[in-house]
Parts: sequence; C-alpha cells; structure tokens
Amino acid sequence: MSGPQKKIVKRIRIDVDKCNGCLGCEVICSASHAMPKYSSNNPARSRIRVIREPLSDIYVPVFAGEYTAAECAGRDKYIIDGKEYEDCAFCRAACPSRDIFKEPDSGLPLKCDMCESDPSLDEPLCVQWCLADALIYEEVEVAAGDESETVAELDAGLQALAHKHGWPKVRDAVDRMKKN
Amino acid sequence: MRYAETGFNLEVDLARGNIERVATDPQLTELHLGGLGTNAKLFWDRVPPEVGHFDPENLLIFGTGLLTGTPAPSCNRTVVSAISPQTRLFGFSIMGGFFGPELKRAGYDKLIFSGKSPAPVFLWIHDDKVELRDASHLMGLGTLESAEVIRQELEQPDAAVSSIGLAGENRVFYASIEQGRSSASRLGLGAVMGDKNLKAIAVRGSGDIHIADPARFIGLCNESLAFIKHRDKNPLKGVMPILAGLGSPQEMAIDDEKWHTENFVWGNARVRRKGFWTEEVADEWTKTMDSMRTRLLSCFNCPMKCGAAISVDTRMCSYMMKCFSKLTYTMGAFSDLEFGLRIAQKATEHGVDAFSAPQTMAFAIELLEDGILKDSDFPGMPADSEGRFYWLLDRIVRREGIGDVLADGTYWAARKIGGGAEEYAHNCIKKTEQLPLKLGMLNHMYFLMYCTGEKANITQIEGNFPQVPFPTREENEDWNEDWPQVPDERFKEWFRDWELRGDNSIPHYPSAEASFEIVNWQEKMHYIDDSTGMCAGLSSFPYKPPFHIHNLPTLISAGAGLDLDEDSLSHLTRRNRDLVRANNIRRGMRREDEKPPDDHWKHRFPELEQQLLDGYYEFKGWNPDGIPTLESLHELDLDYVAEDFLQRGILTENDEAPAGAAAADGEES
Repeated sequence: MSGPQKKIVKRIRIDVDKCNGCLGCEVICSASHAMPKYSSNNPARSRIRVIREPLSDIYVPVFAGEYTAAECAGRDKYIIDGKEYEDCAFCRAACPSRDIFKEPDSGLPLKCDMCESDPSLDEPLCVQWCLADALIYEEVEVAAGDESETVAELDAGLQALAHKHGWPKVRDAVDRMKKN
Repeated sequence: MRYAETGFNLEVDLARGNIERVATDPQLTELHLGGLGTNAKLFWDRVPPEVGHFDPENLLIFGTGLLTGTPAPSCNRTVVSAISPQTRLFGFSIMGGFFGPELKRAGYDKLIFSGKSPAPVFLWIHDDKVELRDASHLMGLGTLESAEVIRQELEQPDAAVSSIGLAGENRVFYASIEQGRSSASRLGLGAVMGDKNLKAIAVRGSGDIHIADPARFIGLCNESLAFIKHRDKNPLKGVMPILAGLGSPQEMAIDDEKWHTENFVWGNARVRRKGFWTEEVADEWTKTMDSMRTRLLSCFNCPMKCGAAISVDTRMCSYMMKCFSKLTYTMGAFSDLEFGLRIAQKATEHGVDAFSAPQTMAFAIELLEDGILKDSDFPGMPADSEGRFYWLLDRIVRREGIGDVLADGTYWAARKIGGGAEEYAHNCIKKTEQLPLKLGMLNHMYFLMYCTGEKANITQIEGNFPQVPFPTREENEDWNEDWPQVPDERFKEWFRDWELRGDNSIPHYPSAEASFEIVNWQEKMHYIDDSTGMCAGLSSFPYKPPFHIHNLPTLISAGAGLDLDEDSLSHLTRRNRDLVRANNIRRGMRREDEKPPDDHWKHRFPELEQQLLDGYYEFKGWNPDGIPTLESLHELDLDYVAEDFLQRGILTENDEAPAGAAAADGEES
C-alpha cells in the first residue's frame, strides 16, 4: 500500500454559545428512535441531552458515545470563562456514574447512531431540528490509523498477557472465544 | 390508549393534604380538547359564583394543553386558572417554559388544587411519587431563589419549578407565578397560590407522550420548521421590524424600540413621547442590551427566541426576561433601559405582573403629584423616579403602609383611596390594567376585541389580521399574494380595499359584518391555541404564522387521535369560548362591563360603537346583554349551562334568541 490511509468521519459541531436551551434535539431524537417511529417522545430515551444550568448560563448539548462498565477513577470539572461546568459535563459515555444515555425501561446503554437509515438522511435529525444552528453536521476526512502500529500494539498486549498468565492459558482463552 | 394527553389529573386537597390520581373522561377531550377548554369545564362544574377568590373552594388549576409535550413546535403551554382577585371573574394566565411537558411526562394532564394548607408547603411530583413538603424555610425567598433551593434539596437539578415570591405570599392582587423562563403573570393567580399556602410546585417526569398518527403528525411538524426557516430568512416587508417575524415580538433580539417608545404611553399610561427615539437613545439602549443580555432563550421545543438571560452585576444569568417586561418599568418610571432591566430582576424574584406593577406604581406617583395622596403616605421615599419605583415595589410586595393599598391594583386601590383617585385608574378593562396605549381614531375592530375579550391582554385576542392597511392598494394586494392563513378569500378582499384614509378607512371600513368575521377569526385562533397548548407566537399572534385554521385540525387529530376538520374545530372552539363566558356571566359580568378605557381613543363614536356591539353579540349568538342565548347554548351542547342560567334567572324561557344568532358559523358566505 502507498500513501496514508484516509477515512470519512461524521461529526456534529456543537456551538454551545448558540444553544437556546429548547431541548428540541432531545424531542426529535427520542421520537425518531421510538417504535413505531415518531409514535412517542421522551427525552429520557434521547441519545442527545442538553446539560442545562440556566442560572449559570450553561447549555451543553452532548450526544451519546460509548458505553463504559465502570466509571472513571477520577472526574473532571471544567471552568470556562468563569462558568463552572458540572462533573463530566462534556463526557459522552453511558456510565454508571450518571443516569443519562440509558434506556429507562431496561437500563441498557444508548448510543447515537447519527440517524443512519435507509434511505439515508442528509443530516441527523437533531441537527435538522436545531434552527439555532448550535448543532452543525459535518463530514470530515481524517487520517486512518497506521496498520503496522496496530499490529505492534497487539503483539505487545499479547506478550504482556502471556507474561502474566502463561501462553497455554492465553491460547485456551483465544480458542474458547473463537467458538463463541 | 390516550394520545397526546395522559388521561389523568392530580387532585390535591391542600386542607387535608390528600392527593389523588384521577382518570379523566375521554369524551371531555372530544368536547373541549384540553388546557383552557377543560379548565373552564372544571370551573363550571365545581366553582359556583358564590365562591370568592380567596375562599378555600376556589380552585387553582395548572392545565397542560392537549398537544403540550408532543413534538409539535412550541406546544409547551400550561393554562393556570383561578377566580382572579382583580377581576373576580374566571381568570386564566398561560405560561410556556418547561413545566407543562415535564408534568405530562410525569403522567398528569392537570394539577387541581383545592382548599388551603394550614402551613406553607410545596408539592413535589416525581412520576408516581407525589408529596406535599414543608416550605416554611422557603417563605420570603424570591421565585428563582426558592426554585434553586428546592432543586438542591431534592437533588433534582432538572426539576421544573413554578413558584411564587413575596408578592404571592402576601396576596398582592397582581402577583405572578414564575417558572424561570416563563410565567403566569396576569390576573393575580400567584395571590391565589399564596392564599392556599402553596409556595411552589416541583415536577420531574420520565414517561412517554404518545402520538396517534405519527407519520402524519411529524410530517406537519417538519413542514412547520421549514416554513419557520423560510420566514426567518424572509421577514415580512412593509411592517415594523418588531412585527416582521414570528414568535412573540422579538424584544430580546431587536434593539430598535422606536415603535414601542413612541407609540405606547409613558407614566401612568398618559404621555406619548413622539421623537423620543433619538440616535443617542438608540446607542445607549443598544449598549445596555449588549452588556446585560447574555443569551437568547427559547421555551420547550420551540425555535423562536423570545426570551433572554439577563445579567445584573454578574457574568452569568440573574433572571430570564420575557418579551415586553423589557419596557414596562422603564416607561412607567420615565427612565432608561438599564433601570428597566435592573428593577425587573427584583420584580421577577418578588413575582409581580410586569404590566400591572409598574402601572400601579406610576398611578401612585401621579396621585402624589396631584395631591390626592400626601407625602406622609410615602415616609422615607427617595426623590428620584427610579428610587421611588424601587421603594414602592418593596412596600407593595410586603403590603406595608401605602403598599398595602397599592397591592390591590389601580382599580381597587383607587376605590380605597377615594378623593377622586378613581379617575386615575383610567387604563383598566374589567378591573385589570391594560397595555399602555392611547390612540387617535377609533378602530372599530379593536373596539370589539377590547369589549368582548375575556383575557387580560389585547395581545391574546388580536393577531393574524394586520392592524393597519398599507399606504397603497398595490401593497395590500402584494400582501394578499402570499396569505394562505386566512379562513377564506373574503378576508383578502376586505384587506385589499382597506385604506388608511378616506371612505374605506376606520371606523367605517371594513364593514360591520366584515369586522365581526375578522375579530371572530382572530379570537378563535387564540382559543384553539389555549386548548392545544401551542404558543400564540407560532399561531394566533403573528402575521402569516406556520400554524393556522387549515392545518391545525389535522395536527390536533393526528396528535390526539381525534377526527376534526375546520368546521368541527371551529364549533368546538366556539363551545370553549362560550363556556369561559358562561363562567363569567354566572359571576355577574354583563354588557356594562364590556368597554375599553374611556381615553383609549381620542375620537369616539358612541352610537356606532353600540350598534357594533349589538351586531357582534348577535353574530356570536349572545343576547343584547352579552349572554349566550338558549338556542346557541343548545347548539354547542351546553344545555347544562342553559339550565343553570334559567334556574338562576339569568335567562328566561321567553328569552328569544336574537334573529340570526347562527351567523357565527358564517351566514354571509
């Protein structure tokens, strides 16, 4: 192969200064993921939530990222332009430390799917419904990770496991996982 | 399965502390939709005219609209109702914000409070868990302050809270119920809440709101958003900037206040200041707004930005301002914008109505200047206008000294003060303060709206038909080119031929018959919104809105699973409208109460005005005293109202309905 690898990443650019706090993004997200589609809405089921503290003038739309089984060992707290954001305000994880991005009935994690559908939409629905332009959809080309680096990382990881557990156990584990 | 609504109300007996979840009759939805319609029905059934505003039997209802909380843009309104201490009539005040959708997701369409709590309480609703909690530590706190304390106490930062301040606690007749971004301000419903010893309501809901015909419903929502985008890019031509867009007038975003400051009147609704809006004033006020407005704000699921976070001596947000409160204190005190934005922060925390409060304070100053009140009535009051307003606000919300009298509003205060003070309470209709407007030539359509309106504000009656024609017929025709919102083509013809001066001008054109249709259409659109919970700002109030009589029947039907067309929605709305009126007729309201302030227009036409009112009553199916006739009550399935009117002697069997009572359904067409 020649030249660096490229891939297209779908991105929502979030301009918190433009958010008017209407929560329309939560309404349309939860409605479009309802079964049948649009048959109900409930922000608790939304894959985008607006972290709001009106009296501190804080409005942060956050859309759901990866599920994590354990919360971080430490938390973060940002102070920007004199405004103190709540713990993990910018984090996208469905995480045991908070209620958002979990299906209320089952507790299963929710993740933004960028409204991928067939036929595909021009833009995710939250973006379409945000007339304040706080949410802007973009497709950007980024460099894909170097394949050889990935292989080297894998080698190092396996060696560490073998060092800890011995090769036979690692081999057994791989065989068992293959069968599943 | 119930769609759009939950099918349950929460009944809270504050005297006994009893709370019940009560299923509602789906037939009432078919007859009245929700919001104002079903509120009016509950008042008819349960609050007879013998019940006074501060009696325990007075109900305080928070009723969500039928579509509140659905994805339809701007459907976020809650209609608060109680017998008003100001008007002594069936009062309703409508708030947006986030309270209604949260209440519905918690599983309730309405909160119905009865009785009085023996000690101060607040209600906490978290889905199925509902409890009255001690509020003694909240007494005296401001509306936003108490909401914050409650959120922290409950560890519920996202709870929606409606609360009252000192004004409500002390039963100021124009106390508001504040909800952060929005408020139910008019008619003193906050005083009724205070009288019931209910400091606040906090609600958090996590349930679903269902839609009957999802594809059709969301299709209309998407169409409306596309239209709003279009309108945003293409402001209407030939009208003031403040009227060119959608929403309620975009007071927070638009700095040009020439129209309001020069056309509305200052002080105690007296002084018109032509030429006020100079370049220097424009510069100074723009700077004030730029330095104090930190963000434009929306209500739940609405793309309009009618509110703003206002910062007073902080970089964050001290309070959230709504619309025209921007100017009412400024103009009442003959001051500047910075004063207006600063005192509004205190007024919002205390929880007073931003129309009645500054007008009452200006009224007091005028009485002092004219010697009806004395210096001794105002011990320690500063000499400057701004200082006087702060001093008066403080006395009023605490009901101290002269504040105790002024807390009753201009109408009732004038009667207590006497000595000619009545002449100074000159800007009321049905005992409540109106927009400060004093104009030249009688506008006969506005005359009818002012007379027959049973809402506190002209802005809740006027709307879709332009207030004045354009200078030329060609411009009128241009306007008509793109005006599908009218009920039918006749409205365009009336507008096309309307002139600023000459034969086809007010008060003789549009003709009486055309005026009845125009006034009725505008009022009807508001009554539809008040039952669906849609904000007037996307429907009944601005020119050329996204929602109108041709698409609302489909939206409501698809949302709630009803089967409405234009005729049946109009008929239903007429039922709601007459049921509101029936509540007030039973409380003694009659023709003599239906008049604009004497000085509203300089040029009046007493004979014409009476003919117009006669004609409009007849058009509405009301008798010459403004009472719905037996025949029209029967048409509207309101025979139980007719029966009550007969029993009370309000109507007699021989009371023949005036000829042509059915004209309200469009006889002329």
